[in-house]
Amino acid sequence: MAHAATHDHHDHHGAPKGFFQRWVMSTNHKDIGTLYLIFSLTMFFIGGAFAMVIRAELFKPGMQLVQPYFFNEMTTMHALVMIFGAIMPSFVGLANWMIPLMVGAPDMALPRMNNLSFWIMPFAFILLLSTLFMPGGGPAGGWTMYPPLSLQGESIAYTIFAVHLMGISSIMGAINIIATILNMRAPGMDLLKMPVFVWSWLITAFLLIAVMPVLAGAVTMLLTDKYFHTNFFNAAGGGDPVLFQHIFWFFGHPEVYIMILPAFGIISEIIPTFARKPIFGYRAMVFAIASIAFLSFIVWAHHMFAVGLPMGAEIFFMYATMLIAVPTGVKVFNWVSTMWGGSMTFETPMLFSIAFVILFTIGGFSGLMLALAPADFQYHDTYFVVAHFHYVLVTGAAFSIMAAAYYWIPKWSGNMYSETWGKIHFWSSVISVNVLFFPQHFLGLAGMPRRIPDYNVAFANFNMISSIGGFWFGASQLIFLGVVIHCVFFSKKKAADRSWEGAKGLEWTVPSPAPFHTFDVPPVIHDDELAHGNTEH
Amino acid sequence: MTSGGIGRSVSAWAAGAFALFGGTAWANPEPNQLNMTKGAAEWSPYAMHMVALWVCVVIGVVVFGAMFVAMFRFRKSRGAVAEKWTHSTKLEVVWTVVPVIILIFLAHLATGGLTSFADTTNADMTIKVTGYQWKWRYDYVDYKGKGVDQVGFMSKLEETSDRTRQLKSNLDPDKIQVDGYHTYLLDVDKPLVVPVGTKIRFIIVGGDVIHSWWVPALGWKMDAIPGIANAAWTKIKEPGVYRGQCAELCGQDHGFMPIVVKAVPKAEFEQWLATQEDEAKVRKAAQTAQNAPAPAPQG
Ligand code: HEM
Ligand SMILES: [Cu+2]
Ligand SMILES: [Cu+2]
Repeated sequence: MAHAATHDHHDHHGAPKGFFQRWVMSTNHKDIGTLYLIFSLTMFFIGGAFAMVIRAELFKPGMQLVQPYFFNEMTTMHALVMIFGAIMPSFVGLANWMIPLMVGAPDMALPRMNNLSFWIMPFAFILLLSTLFMPGGGPAGGWTMYPPLSLQGESIAYTIFAVHLMGISSIMGAINIIATILNMRAPGMDLLKMPVFVWSWLITAFLLIAVMPVLAGAVTMLLTDKYFHTNFFNAAGGGDPVLFQHIFWFFGHPEVYIMILPAFGIISEIIPTFARKPIFGYRAMVFAIASIAFLSFIVWAHHMFAVGLPMGAEIFFMYATMLIAVPTGVKVFNWVSTMWGGSMTFETPMLFSIAFVILFTIGGFSGLMLALAPADFQYHDTYFVVAHFHYVLVTGAAFSIMAAAYYWIPKWSGNMYSETWGKIHFWSSVISVNVLFFPQHFLGLAGMPRRIPDYNVAFANFNMISSIGGFWFGASQLIFLGVVIHCVFFSKKKAADRSWEGAKGLEWTVPSPAPFHTFDVPPVIHDDELAHGNTEH
Repeated sequence: MTSGGIGRSVSAWAAGAFALFGGTAWANPEPNQLNMTKGAAEWSPYAMHMVALWVCVVIGVVVFGAMFVAMFRFRKSRGAVAEKWTHSTKLEVVWTVVPVIILIFLAHLATGGLTSFADTTNADMTIKVTGYQWKWRYDYVDYKGKGVDQVGFMSKLEETSDRTRQLKSNLDPDKIQVDGYHTYLLDVDKPLVVPVGTKIRFIIVGGDVIHSWWVPALGWKMDAIPGIANAAWTKIKEPGVYRGQCAELCGQDHGFMPIVVKAVPKAEFEQWLATQEDEAKVRKAAQTAQNAPAPAPQG
């Protein structure tokens, strides 16, 4: 049939013309990747706005701006939006864009499901954010949603349904990623030649499938406790509030690794590129990711050292947690060794990656300290913990995402971004983020609990410094927005196919910008062209 | 920065730095305090915290040092040519084994700390702590093997702080002082009075939602959970007023339910306890006389 043939032909050349056709009906991994990235950047700014409210209220002692209840809504929403709206979807966006390009596949394995997993997300967040405008307000019991407190909120049902939607979206995304990596690799792209980023996502996807249903179970029990008279977590009815914490953190700790393993992958691609030297210990890197993922299932109660666990449990979870420091250390040492003996240049993606290695490691150090249960009796639920997880999540996960954006945006847009403005963005961010979070270690050690809207005057100075850093960091991200918009729409500097001198891997063999369809025919793999094609170890 | 001149700031910094490097012990939060308190009790995680901190600092100096050397030496702009090696078994073994040894050492220390903390036996005294939205209740259960008769009370944020912390109150948090210490949000109407040099067992429960009872000078916090009786202990070395706060998010006024422990010499404590018991008796008698329908609920 001639018609079908031309139609087919058409499909394989350009993007659909209509806006609705192209973006809402999309089954193209690149467009869906773009949608994810735009969505997560939007959420990053919304979550950031909440953080600005928090830091403004904490600027000095006394309540100046918001009621305590609203403050709690802000801390809760900030975390939910940043975790589920900004960090996770941006990694999925990167996976969508890059995994098919990196393994030589024409698209994701399940393109329609891909569309569905993205388009669920805006609805989930509209549901979640709408609670802020409802009588009774949004969820205010913390992102951890511990009962009985979370059950006092009137918007808990909305939050739970939003979490369910996000979970469905994540699981579908994860299935798609696994199916793509396992089935769609070009011949010759052996598992042990895959980019570390692809490996990291393969492992992360299994973590997602394993733990998102656990979260769904936990919040569903909250829902039935609230509305259907069950007593899972109600002590008066024979339930146990601590049960929720066990279930939540069985999800929650792997969840924090879901937010860092893809970051490890990104950094493992960028550092070799700009050091012009293959990654040190490729297999060790993959093995470290896998062992971190495994260990992440047996450490959950380190978030619960102060709930009064039996001593044997405290000891077990303490040892298991400390063990994670070993593979994490291996990764850091390998990155440093990759740089050693290289021929380095310091473009913006490399700057963000180096900052990642240093600052993530600082977060790892505080993690190790937190793992020591007796010391955690002091640290727990203080600003020391807040400092810890912002070092691993902001200067860790978020920095890696920015590094990835600078690294691959030439491939996405076909244009080079402004290196000057990229560097300004980097330096402004890296200085301000430390002004913002480093003093929080001191506050925590001095005795300031987390999640409080007001504090004793002893904590005044460091809070003010932290707030100044916060506004400055927030403002710096507007530079990022500017750089991205300029690069995509206005930059005159065209990107080469291989946009970076030292870049290796299949994604650099296709034109920039990457055409709507790539690898219709599987590429012939030459090991020398791969970033990890010749790594024996 | 909220008040006072640069001079005061500088001296406060100096004091903070002095304290950081092992000077005076300070028990309650101080301006510009950088480090954890050594505490005022027999059990303290301070030493372990310092060991862990220095381990991290040393590893950090080595790793970041190597990185900075690499960034300086192996720059393309200095003519560095990339080498090809990607692997070194010797190095990899070293940086797996050395951390393991360090971790075993830390784990050993921490296990000791846990074991001593978990031992709540042989206490001379028991106090029940109950967390409510947003106040604490203290009930004295026994002292020196004898039951205590009806001594218990609520303890909540003191009134000036409470007025000052209202949204846009325009009252100055700096003005709230007791004996020269700024007590904004760290003072209560009725503190918990305890004797020094006595092993005190706390039974900690939650009355409505989960709270967490935390006084940094005692070295630990313990969650107050509905339906669960948690135990912890302390033996305070020196008389003093030790301040803390609820540490587990418990609703809108979570930031406004401080804890104050007043540790006094044993004799003074016994006197105080006797007075409290007498008052309780008088109250009870008055109630019976009045034929009041029901005594006030006791949490
Ligand atoms: C060396 C590795 C790490 C260790 C040993 C570690 C250990 C810990 C411990 C013991 C806590 C509980 C602290 C407390 O509440 O008292 C904690 C909290 C936390 N960690 Fe880590 N951590 C590590 C790495 C990471 C990474 C890579 C991430 C995420 C990217 C992360 C994210 C978090 C978050 C979000 C919390 C706080 C959760 C909450 O209570 O809201 N950590 N960590
Ligand atoms: Cu964890
Ligand atoms: Cu509280």
